[in-house]
Amino acid sequence: MDLGLSEEQEMLRTSARDFLQKECPKQLVKQLDESDEGYSPELWRKMAELGWMGLVLPEEYGGSGGSFLDLVVLLEEMGYNILPGPFFSTVVLGGLSILAAGNEEQKKEFLPKVANGEIILTLALTEPSAKYDAASVKTKAVARNGEYVINGTKLFILDANVADYLLCVARTKEGVKPEDGITIFLVDAKSPGVKCTLLKTLARDKQCEIIFDNVNVPKDNVLGEVDRGWPVVESILQKAAVAKCAEMVGGAQASLEMAVSYAKERVQFNRPIGSFQAIQHYCANMVTDVDGSRFVTYRAAWKVSEGIPATMDVAVAKAWTSEAYGRVTLLGHQIFGAIGFTMDHDMHLYYRRAKAGEIMFGDGDFQRAVVAQELGL
Amino acid sequence: MDFKFADEEEAFREEVRQWLKKEIPQRWIELDPGIWEETEESWALSRQFQRKLGQKGWIAPAYPKEYGGLEMSHTKRLILAEELAYSGAPIGIEVEITVNWVTPTIMLYGTEKQKKDYVTRVAKGDLIFCLGYSEPDAGSDLAALQTRVVEDADEYVINGQKTWCSYGHYADYCWLAARTDPDVPKHKGISMFVVDMKTPGITVRPLINILNRHSFNEVFFDDVRIPKDNLVGEKNMGWYQLAMALDFERSSIGTAAINQRIIEELVQYAKETKCNGGTLADDPLIRNELAGVAVENEVLRMMCYRIAWMYSKGLHPSYESSMSMLFGSELIRRLGNVGMRILGPYGQLDVGSKWAVLNARIMRMYLSSISMGVGGGSNEIQRNIIAMRGLGLPRQ
Repeated sequence: MDLGLSEEQEMLRTSARDFLQKECPKQLVKQLDESDEGYSPELWRKMAELGWMGLVLPEEYGGSGGSFLDLVVLLEEMGYNILPGPFFSTVVLGGLSILAAGNEEQKKEFLPKVANGEIILTLALTEPSAKYDAASVKTKAVARNGEYVINGTKLFILDANVADYLLCVARTKEGVKPEDGITIFLVDAKSPGVKCTLLKTLARDKQCEIIFDNVNVPKDNVLGEVDRGWPVVESILQKAAVAKCAEMVGGAQASLEMAVSYAKERVQFNRPIGSFQAIQHYCANMVTDVDGSRFVTYRAAWKVSEGIPATMDVAVAKAWTSEAYGRVTLLGHQIFGAIGFTMDHDMHLYYRRAKAGEIMFGDGDFQRAVVAQELGL
Repeated sequence: MDFKFADEEEAFREEVRQWLKKEIPQRWIELDPGIWEETEESWALSRQFQRKLGQKGWIAPAYPKEYGGLEMSHTKRLILAEELAYSGAPIGIEVEITVNWVTPTIMLYGTEKQKKDYVTRVAKGDLIFCLGYSEPDAGSDLAALQTRVVEDADEYVINGQKTWCSYGHYADYCWLAARTDPDVPKHKGISMFVVDMKTPGITVRPLINILNRHSFNEVFFDDVRIPKDNLVGEKNMGWYQLAMALDFERSSIGTAAINQRIIEELVQYAKETKCNGGTLADDPLIRNELAGVAVENEVLRMMCYRIAWMYSKGLHPSYESSMSMLFGSELIRRLGNVGMRILGPYGQLDVGSKWAVLNARIMRMYLSSISMGVGGGSNEIQRNIIAMRGLGLPRQ
């Protein structure tokens, strides 16, 4: 049993922290949050040069052949610093899906472009029902004249505003079970009939509505098997949930550090507020939540990385981390007091993201339903 | 990173399971005493079992071989502790206190003779210590203790009162913290002694706990004379010696394993209990609650695994142990509450009622869990430790 990072992973962590601190200061984070694009092409290029987009892609597709665990280390740092932009969508939701389900031609076409930062991808799964189950996929794809025609509305689609390709999950057949008859399509985001509208959100992340109005997609753009796409979606969601946990653990760690360092400096009643037991106990609760989240996340990530069945572990990690991050950031706000209630301050960046992270890929209630099932209930 | 146990470790887990299946007395299972519920009969069964465990080397597997230990790896000890707790084996807080609190200090600071006398017998399962720490006016502020020890010729003479001495009425020895110098700051005048509980002048008076059982005591020392050899370590350095030993191998893996067992029983109960034309397991609220405590228990388990892993790396957890104790104690209280809600009115029924469910284990745990988070350093003290030692927050 070894719960620590390898030497290479420690190096990745340190270099990622240094890089992000220098290249993605909070001023830039705030600027990007307020922008319509939500990312900096210049920073994106530098990240590609560092090999981040190709970190988990095999060498034959221009990547460096790292493991899912390596990616988790990197995502934790992205959560720690806060890195706005479509990395998560492109690599976790897009790249890993194509790697898992794509045919050789698709892998050769898309993955090297992912690795060198040339394209942005995202997963278009959720719809106005806002659920992550197969029954909620109502968007239809109908075969016609050697092509598929997609019609429907996708909602809460991350980074679709800047995506080059959408991995659109659509229904190609009404089966007996809702899981039957689902197919994933690689859709060029500039296809006629694709209409993307940016949504204004709490975390100021770039979630979108996408309307597919008679969008034609060549048959070659089916990712994986026709009608049998749901297991692929499930596997994407599992990886995405753990990946989101990693980001949240990083963000929670940063929130803790910010609050503790403020508690040591801020003087009231002639003493640092961190010497008051009330504040000390808040901090103790925060670190308990941070550490607690970290190790269940690592276990889930390790299982996913090793290809071991991880339904329970992923649900445990996401259920816990989702809510723990929220508690940590709320206590952070409590410690910062009024100054934290300003746009100038950084605390709200984490507080906002904690809620967005909780909701994305299944919140606590959703994940506990999975856990209940796994318990045999 | 690797969360897998080695094949050899998995084999060890299986060996422990098989051994426990064979060795836990049937009568113990019938009596089914929870924490703080021991009786004369169950205590005798416990001691018998613990000697057998001692023969296997599994009472104090961490100790050096020369003192009867096995120098067992940290991971295997984690596995052993997990299996012992999950199986409900007759091994409780008395062994935890003796093995993980008392003897480590003796090993660190005791003379060769003391190590031979006490450590070896503890490892065999022959010896139980009770703690002489708390006093009526020294609880969380332990260093305020007033029990006095003075030298008189070649003896020490003890006068004072200790309280909350768990199993003081059964223990062979008391591990006593007492004041040897009243004229210096409170932390600097405390020494540690081994006191034979049969020494004249000791009076043990029962305190009846919340479960209406006799598990702890007041212990009065009235001109109790002990040999000078019974001082452990340096005189007046007791506080610092204790602080060193407090970090010895404390995780709450036992709590996680006990919780696991209770969660499994509640899951089974929910699946079998009819309700509204289905079973309790169909109720989304009950599913959510049970899943919630299961999630938290996995968080606790990972906190404990992390502690074992740190030790195996030669690192010394400090605030991490406080964290797992804190989290574990709050979780077991929540679990007690969740269990009571699931059982509804039946949860109130005590052992002996034909209507009682799960042998009233949940309501007993609902009561006994109050002690977690109070005993062995309250949760407030644990949070102080996490904040000051772990996060470096200032004292003033």
